[in-house]
Amino acid sequence: MTPVTYLRADSSAAAIALGAADGHRLLGGGTNLIDLMRKGVEQPAVLVDVSGLAAPITEAADGSLVIGAAARNSDVAAHPLVRARYPMLARAILAGASAQIRNMATVGGNLMQRTRCVYFADAAGSRCNKRVPGSGCDALGGFTRYHAILGASPACIATHPSDMAVALVALDARLHLAGADGVRSVALANFHQLPGDSPEVETMLAPGEMILAVELPPVQPMRSTYRKVRDRASYAFALVSVAAGIVVEDGRIADVRIAVGGVAAKPWRAARAEASLRDGPASVEAFVQAAQAELAQADPLPGNAFKVQLAERTLVAVLTDLAGGDA
Amino acid sequence: MTRSLTMDRPDDRNRLDAMAQGVIGQPLDRPDGPAKVTGTAPYAAEYPVDGMAEGVLVTATISKGEVTAIDEQSVLSMPGVLAVISDQRMTARAAQGGAGEAPVQQVRQVQYYGQPIAVVLAETFEQARDAAKHLKVTYREDDDAVTDPHDPAAPTETYDEPIDQGNLAQAMAQAAYAVDVTYTTEGHNSAPMEPHASIAEWDGQTLTLHSSLQMLAYNQKELADSLDLAPEQVRLISPYVGGGFGSKLGISPEGVAASVAAMQLNRPVRVVMLRQQVFQCVMRRSETTQRLRLAADANGRLTGFGHEARVSNLPEEEFAEPVTQASEFLYPGEHRRLAIELARVNLMTAGSVRAPGEAVGMQVLESAMDELANAIGMDPVELRLRNIPDQHPSEGIPYSSRKLVECLKAGAERFGWDGSDRTPGQRREGEWWIGTGMANACRVHNINEAQARVTLSPDGTAIVASDMTDIGTGTYAILGQIAGEMLGLDPADVLVQLGDTTLPPGSGSGGSWGAASTGSAVFEACEAIREHLAEQLGTTEEELTLKDGFAIAGNRRVALPDLLAGAEVERTGHFKPGEITEAFAAAMYGAFFAEVAVNAYTGETRVRRFAGAFSMGRVLNEKTATSQCMGGMVWGIGSALTEELTFDARDGHLVNPDLAEYHIPVNLDVPHLDVVLVDERDPAGSPLQAKGVGELGICGAAGAINNAIYHACGVRVRSFPMTPDKLLAELPDP
Repeated sequence: MTPVTYLRADSSAAAIALGAADGHRLLGGGTNLIDLMRKGVEQPAVLVDVSGLAAPITEAADGSLVIGAAARNSDVAAHPLVRARYPMLARAILAGASAQIRNMATVGGNLMQRTRCVYFADAAGSRCNKRVPGSGCDALGGFTRYHAILGASPACIATHPSDMAVALVALDARLHLAGADGVRSVALANFHQLPGDSPEVETMLAPGEMILAVELPPVQPMRSTYRKVRDRASYAFALVSVAAGIVVEDGRIADVRIAVGGVAAKPWRAARAEASLRDGPASVEAFVQAAQAELAQADPLPGNAFKVQLAERTLVAVLTDLAGGDA
Repeated sequence: MTRSLTMDRPDDRNRLDAMAQGVIGQPLDRPDGPAKVTGTAPYAAEYPVDGMAEGVLVTATISKGEVTAIDEQSVLSMPGVLAVISDQRMTARAAQGGAGEAPVQQVRQVQYYGQPIAVVLAETFEQARDAAKHLKVTYREDDDAVTDPHDPAAPTETYDEPIDQGNLAQAMAQAAYAVDVTYTTEGHNSAPMEPHASIAEWDGQTLTLHSSLQMLAYNQKELADSLDLAPEQVRLISPYVGGGFGSKLGISPEGVAASVAAMQLNRPVRVVMLRQQVFQCVMRRSETTQRLRLAADANGRLTGFGHEARVSNLPEEEFAEPVTQASEFLYPGEHRRLAIELARVNLMTAGSVRAPGEAVGMQVLESAMDELANAIGMDPVELRLRNIPDQHPSEGIPYSSRKLVECLKAGAERFGWDGSDRTPGQRREGEWWIGTGMANACRVHNINEAQARVTLSPDGTAIVASDMTDIGTGTYAILGQIAGEMLGLDPADVLVQLGDTTLPPGSGSGGSWGAASTGSAVFEACEAIREHLAEQLGTTEEELTLKDGFAIAGNRRVALPDLLAGAEVERTGHFKPGEITEAFAAAMYGAFFAEVAVNAYTGETRVRRFAGAFSMGRVLNEKTATSQCMGGMVWGIGSALTEELTFDARDGHLVNPDLAEYHIPVNLDVPHLDVVLVDERDPAGSPLQAKGVGELGICGAAGAINNAIYHACGVRVRSFPMTPDKLLAELPDP
């Protein structure tokens, strides 16, 4: 047996000190890490439990909302300021997993969760470049229904499974990262990495660094939502999801923000669609054009080609719904 | 004393309706409910046993070939590890339902990815699991494995004798309306909540196994045969079973492995399947390809009927998903062809999963019938009403009680069915197309040999005992109600003991036969007790009234303890199927009505309303019968929309072997389910006038949903499950 040492950090400084060593992993709600340990995918020698760290949700002087990394997903979704100002975030969180899992899972852990690629999870029988760099990818040519259509590489076609992160990316969230060298702030949109030749590198987190908090900048009031398309009504990962918000003034789109989930190794900010829409008319034709502009760069596999059309149609559905009578 | 009945002819006496207690059919709570919901009912793995070793199965990571070496030394030095066993008595597969003999053993001959090949024993579960992960196994791989279930090149054989009558091709050519369509369904897993689990204890003479099993009298023989023991040397204990759905009909690999290990180590051994193993090494429902040919005259009356299917299984397995089972008698058509081709593949064992045959056969047949109704331009309910044969279309025998018309009418009324305009795409609510659909339900009635012992104690309470199982269906409740009704007792005064092979052999739970079979054994025993009491009272059994603990005849009313005068009365009922099974086409019937919403953009389908009217002979307990129907309908939603075993076609390994990735319906997928139980007595069904209910609610349910999807948006999906991608390509512009 691989013995695991369990430590509990009573401060983020302690967590950074304890978590920096080789083979040490930070433990949030454990809803993904513990599963992967049982499957033999993750084999940390030491778990540093950070789920007990203080996780306040506070409003900064500039109106930003700062959410401690150890905040439970369900607490974030239920927070009055989140519901009032960032409803798409509340919806995205509630679209994820099950109530029981959301009660355990932390915000930091949600961002750090691993792909649900079945070949990644099958340590005994499948090759995976994420698990064992350079060993090959058995997902290619296999079951690819939940795999990437954007930003994949021959080394890896996995998707990032988070719903919450899709809304956070659409909301221009920033992460406060802390390490031995101090604290830095990065855009969440840049945090997760596309696979390229090194799919084992999933985030820009440096060794020994941890996520301290998520910062949501103030946003102007907008119509927004999170829409998740999946194979059953609840407790399933997204085939495709869309986080979107728009501001329509006099029939023109004054502001728009869109991110797509279930399609790439990171929450996919739909920059091309946004550019196509900005300052243009809020019309169904414009929405179709924008969706096609974004998905033109898709490179699907035989098992997931439908996701291109599904993503386009979901984008159109969401934007049409948000535009309401203005479309 | 044993009283036997071989059922050769209908029992028209309708004795239960002549009884006075008034508890039969009542929606009583199940007596085992409180223990189950408070967690005090022990399931197989939960018995505290001192000195128990823990075992974890090791499964093959090749599709076909041979285990050439198992390097025990690679794990024996790990902490707590006791042994690695890969014994010739261990079983590579679970036994098929009712086998009564060992399943395929030869664990070192690999026939499918995920096949058990060894068991690792350790002091703790965690140690055993870790060692199982690290065990070094060497294989010789064959290159002729068939690992894609739909591989057209798979070796195929004709299963059973096809039914060929008249000239179907000609009937199709000459028909006023004809439908010739091919559908596919994917594999299903039973996915019981309680995994397959066993604790084995060996005392040098007797092997005692706490296990999660459905048919103990058969499982006892299967385990004994596997271990080269006499059946008397094997005792099985299985009072509570956390769901079976067919996957626990036969002894399964973990039970045999635990037994072999207990005998080798001389200490108790527990083996619990990991959830992934429940998916990979027990039983799957075969995927199917089904061609339906329906020929109808100008009035919509079927003249030709063809149902041909291809299913699959491992080499050496005799089971072939009997998808044409209800097609043999549900509809007319003098020109007929029914046939099943069995493809041999190297994928986990195919076997009985809830309602083998009709579950996927009826959903396809009923979808094709809807296509026919649309071709004719007829209300699909009317089409069903016009196609009810007078006698079995191939065998010429009569039907036993058949309430299909009543079900169609009751279901249509409850649902508010309007079949006058079946043009698709007529109703839209926001992003959603709304449509309705219906289907017939049909499932053959089975009965099985069963014994039960009833003891009337001197204090006027009773004990019912059988090795029958309650797999969550309500067996404890209904057997108590049958005895209570017959003996004039409050069911609270009847103790029902089940799930132990030291008790008389019951029918086991499977094929919806448990209630009618073991229930009839209880009924027989009670009739014998009634005869004894009548004699004591100086009257005849027919004149005897038993109610509220009193024996009543004419103006005499005697409390049972006074009548018994300190002596207990014990009788065993022995029920056997006889000529009745050949004399009638006996089945349960029903009708489903569904309303769905299909998202015009994404192709997601949500079932909004779902009603079913069902007839199953006498209802023994309205609450448990209703629950069985609801459970079946939930399965129908899964079969229609979400459930699918996905194999990697390159090596046949299951890529969704857990409850996160194998999508059974969750609460949000299931709307309010409206169940109507249609009153019926079937004298040919059993002496109780009851038939079976455990599987009826799934048989055709997914067809109603398919038909509703078509009515909503005009897309006919001929591939189950109907996931969004299958609708997407054909959806009209939103």
